[in-house]
Amino acid sequence: MEKLHDLQEIFQARIDADEKIEPKDWMPDAYRKTLIRQIAQHAHSEIVGMLPEGNWISRAPSLRRKVALLAKVQDEAGHGLYLYSAAETLGVDRETLIDELHTGKAKYSSIFNYPTLSWADIGAIGWLVDGAAIMNQVMLTRTSYGPYARAMVRICKEESFHQRQGYEILLTLCRGSEAQKAMAQDALNRWWWPSLMMFGPSDKDSQHTEQSMRWRIKRKTNDEIRQQFVDATVPQAEFLGITIPDPDLQWNESRGHYDFGPINWDEFWQVVNGNGPCNRERIRARVKAHEEGAWVREAALAYAEKRKARNAAATKVA
Amino acid sequence: MKKDWPLWEVFIRSKNGLSHKHVGSLHAADAEMAIENARDVYTRRNEGISIWVVESSNITASSPNQTEALFDPANDKVYRHPTFYDLPDEVKHI
Repeated sequence: MEKLHDLQEIFQARIDADEKIEPKDWMPDAYRKTLIRQIAQHAHSEIVGMLPEGNWISRAPSLRRKVALLAKVQDEAGHGLYLYSAAETLGVDRETLIDELHTGKAKYSSIFNYPTLSWADIGAIGWLVDGAAIMNQVMLTRTSYGPYARAMVRICKEESFHQRQGYEILLTLCRGSEAQKAMAQDALNRWWWPSLMMFGPSDKDSQHTEQSMRWRIKRKTNDEIRQQFVDATVPQAEFLGITIPDPDLQWNESRGHYDFGPINWDEFWQVVNGNGPCNRERIRARVKAHEEGAWVREAALAYAEKRKARNAAATKVA
Repeated sequence: MKKDWPLWEVFIRSKNGLSHKHVGSLHAADAEMAIENARDVYTRRNEGISIWVVESSNITASSPNQTEALFDPANDKVYRHPTFYDLPDEVKHI
C-alpha cells in the first residue's frame, strides 16, 4: 500500500513539473480510465461528426465547395483514427471502443445529434462547431498524456481550414440575396446554443473537471473556454451582419468579456442522454456502416493471408 | 469469428536528408495495405516522401523501470562534452 502511495506521489510530481506521461509509464488506474473515456469520446465525435456534413456533400452548391467539404469530412475520419490510436496506447483495443459507441455505452459530442437542414448549416458547423472544437483542442495540445497531445497537434494544424471554409460559406451567403442572408441567420439561430453546450456542463456541475485539471489532462475549465469562444465569436458574427440569438449578450467593460444568457442545460442533458433530434439515426448509420463493411475487413485479411502464402511459396521455389 | 487487423507503427520521412520519424499507428491487414492506409491517414498534406511501417508487436522497447540503469551512467561523464575542457579565449577555431 505504501508503495502505491509513493508511485502516486511520484506521478503527481511529474505532472506538476509539466512532464509528459508516455504509454509505458506507471499511471494511476483512474488516470488511465479517464483518458480512455475522454480520448474515445473525442474519437467517436470525429467519426459521428462526419454524418451531419456528409448529408450535404452531394448537394454542395459548387465544385469548389464540394471538394472542400469532401476534404474536411476526410480529415474528420483521419482525426478519429489518430485518436483511436492514441486511446489504444492505453491498452484498450479498437473493437472494444467501436462496440462501446454502437451500444451507447460511450458518448460523443452532443452537437452531432442536431440535423443539417440547409446548406448554411455547413457554414455554421465549420465556423461554430469547428471553432469551438479548435479552442478545446488547442488547450489539449498541452495535455499531460504524450500520445493525446501529439494527436492534438496534428489535428489543430489541419482544422483551421475547416473553420475558415465554414466562415467563408456564411460570408458568401451574407453578401448574397435577402433569402441567402436569412438562411445564414437561421443556421446561426439553431447552432449557437448547441455550440456553447459543446464545452460541457458548467464548472460547478462538471464531475470530471477538478481531477482532470489536477492531472493536467485539461488545462482550462469548461466555463473558461466557453467564455473564450464567445469573446472570439461575437465580433465574427458582427462582421457577417447576423445576430446571435441571445438577448442578454453584451460587452462587460469591467470583466473585459462578453456576458451571455443562461444555457438550457435541460436540453443539453436530454441530448446527451439519447433524446436529441438525431441520436438514434446517428448510431443507426454508424452500426450499418460497420456491419456492411464487415466483408471488406474479412476480405482484406483473407487477401493478406493469400499473399503471404504465395510469397512463402515463391521464396521456397527460389 | 471477429478479428481485428493488426496494429502498425508508421514512420514518415518528410524530405530527403531527414530521418523517418514516428507519427502514429494504424490498423491494416498486411504491410502493403498499412502503407496505403498510412498514405491516406498521415500524408494528406504532403507531409512525406517515404513511409515505413512496422507491425507494433515486432517492436521491443526499453522499460521506464530501466531508465536509471540505462541512462544514469551517462549523467556523470561531463568530460564527454566539449565545454568540459578549459581553453584560453585567444585560441581560435577550436
